[in-house]
Amino acid sequence: MARNVYRPPEQGRAGQVFDSVFLLLLVYLVLFMPLIFGLTGQATTTRVVENPTWEALGQNEVAAGQWEKLGFTPESASELITTRFDYVINPLSLLLTAVVILGYFLFVIRMSDKEYRDVIAERFDGDGRDGGGRR
Amino acid sequence: MAQAQAVTETKAQPIGLLRVLGPGHVWALGVGIVLVGEYMGWNFSVGKGGALGSLIACWVIGLLYTCVAMIDSEVTSTVAAAGGQYAQAKHIIGPLMAFNVGLYLVMAYTMLEAADALIVGDLVVALAAGTGVEGVDPKPFVILAISLLALLNYRGVLMTLSVNFVITAIAFLAIVVFFLSVEPWNPGAVLHHADLLAGLPYGWLGVVAAFQFGIWYYLGIEGTCQAAEEVRSPARSLPYGTMSGIITLLIAASLTWYVAAGLLPWEYLGQAITPLYDAAQASGSTGLQVFLFIGTLFAASASANGCINDAARAWFSMGRDRYMPIWFGAVHPRYRTPFRSILFLIPIAVSFAFTGLLDQVVTFSILSGLLGYTFMPINMHLFRKRWPLGSIERGYVHPFHPLPAIVLLVLCTATFFATYLGYGVQLLAMMSFYIVASLWFAFHRYKYVRRGDQFTMPWPRPRGY
Repeated sequence: MARNVYRPPEQGRAGQVFDSVFLLLLVYLVLFMPLIFGLTGQATTTRVVENPTWEALGQNEVAAGQWEKLGFTPESASELITTRFDYVINPLSLLLTAVVILGYFLFVIRMSDKEYRDVIAERFDGDGRDGGGRR
Repeated sequence: MAQAQAVTETKAQPIGLLRVLGPGHVWALGVGIVLVGEYMGWNFSVGKGGALGSLIACWVIGLLYTCVAMIDSEVTSTVAAAGGQYAQAKHIIGPLMAFNVGLYLVMAYTMLEAADALIVGDLVVALAAGTGVEGVDPKPFVILAISLLALLNYRGVLMTLSVNFVITAIAFLAIVVFFLSVEPWNPGAVLHHADLLAGLPYGWLGVVAAFQFGIWYYLGIEGTCQAAEEVRSPARSLPYGTMSGIITLLIAASLTWYVAAGLLPWEYLGQAITPLYDAAQASGSTGLQVFLFIGTLFAASASANGCINDAARAWFSMGRDRYMPIWFGAVHPRYRTPFRSILFLIPIAVSFAFTGLLDQVVTFSILSGLLGYTFMPINMHLFRKRWPLGSIERGYVHPFHPLPAIVLLVLCTATFFATYLGYGVQLLAMMSFYIVASLWFAFHRYKYVRRGDQFTMPWPRPRGY
């Protein structure tokens, strides 16, 4: 066995409960709350059509027939048809997103490498073997 | 409870998971999770890029999964440890990456489970409305669906996946029967592609934007690796089960797109919650509508069932390695299932299902999967660098390295950009979650981790260390 074995502290019940609650809070605060407060919805625009007809909504005869089979009228289908994604690209927000993703991966890889050196040192150093993985 | 904890923490006679699964169960686990992607979610790619854009996204993302399969086959065939990509990250990159990969798996499957439960609730409401009962609340049905499936998982993996095998087969059969019933050999009779396909409404930028939900055609098939510890013969069952699963999905995706795009206007299809059920309604056949109702219900149930199974096993693995509180690393003394992990994740799935925001719940699942695919080319590069060919025995060596890794990285980058188009804030929220979780692990949780235990493969020392 390796000589310098790291002995981690035992985590008590209170610490385990704290960590579990922290993770739950993280999920609810960072992912759930923005969702229910409408901060993360689709970026869309809707064109209002006064007195909509299938023709005014750009639907041919076959498409209009299928809408009607689904129980829609031109009035009830109007918003579905005229709502479109807004793909305008804001260079600053795109750059920010790219930096966040790249920065995240760089941090994870660099920190993992530091931790990995501990793992490899403990697994392979001091036992006189080069193929010291557990068998 | 205390007994289970004691059993896992003492050195005498530790309880392991039961090895009871065959290739059929692996197929059911993989396809069961993903097949629901043909019943819902994929169609949001139509909303982002039109029906043809969705088809192109399906093919391009198919290339992404081909690269995933090539890379994963080499690493999985060599890292013969339970835990799939999580175990790979532990051995090749390091603990923080492994923690993140484990979390990707948990979040991808838990959000998919939430989406499945949301579908079950929505279907019940649609059924009630169809029979004249208005104002039905879907929430009790969401809770009922998740509770019943969690109970199945709590009681044992064999029963869970045997149930999955049956309901997945019926859900797949429903797609095939639907395809044959709409006379695909007779264009214009039931299917109206010539009149309903509207080109590319957003141009080629829309095609790229559709990559986001193109992932949904296949997301989760790699989850078959999670059952490695419970499979009787992993070397035989895992490749057979996974490969037959991918073939099944390719067929189902093609049939689904063809039928739905020929029956529904793209503007409707792009926002539908249950597109195949709605397509059956638009076909005018009540019998097909009933059959697709059952198919959708079964696909969602099978998927949620598999997701509870996979998410709980990933969380359990992290608990066992102390990446999470060790309390989660317990196996039930009687049923031999990771029961605490199963129970812990239920409230999260229920909460997100209650929002009713299917496209956003699906996006959280897609983003976690996408981060996992972005990890793979980095993993492959380091794997070949630290253990060059010939230095260790590999079960499989994938050809053309590093081309698949480069293509995968490019396609992952394009899919992040696709998500930015229309869902940019959600992308940043997801990244914030993983950044805070990573800081928590690196500066707090890692002190509880036993260093040397993170490397269990009988390999030589990695080069450069």
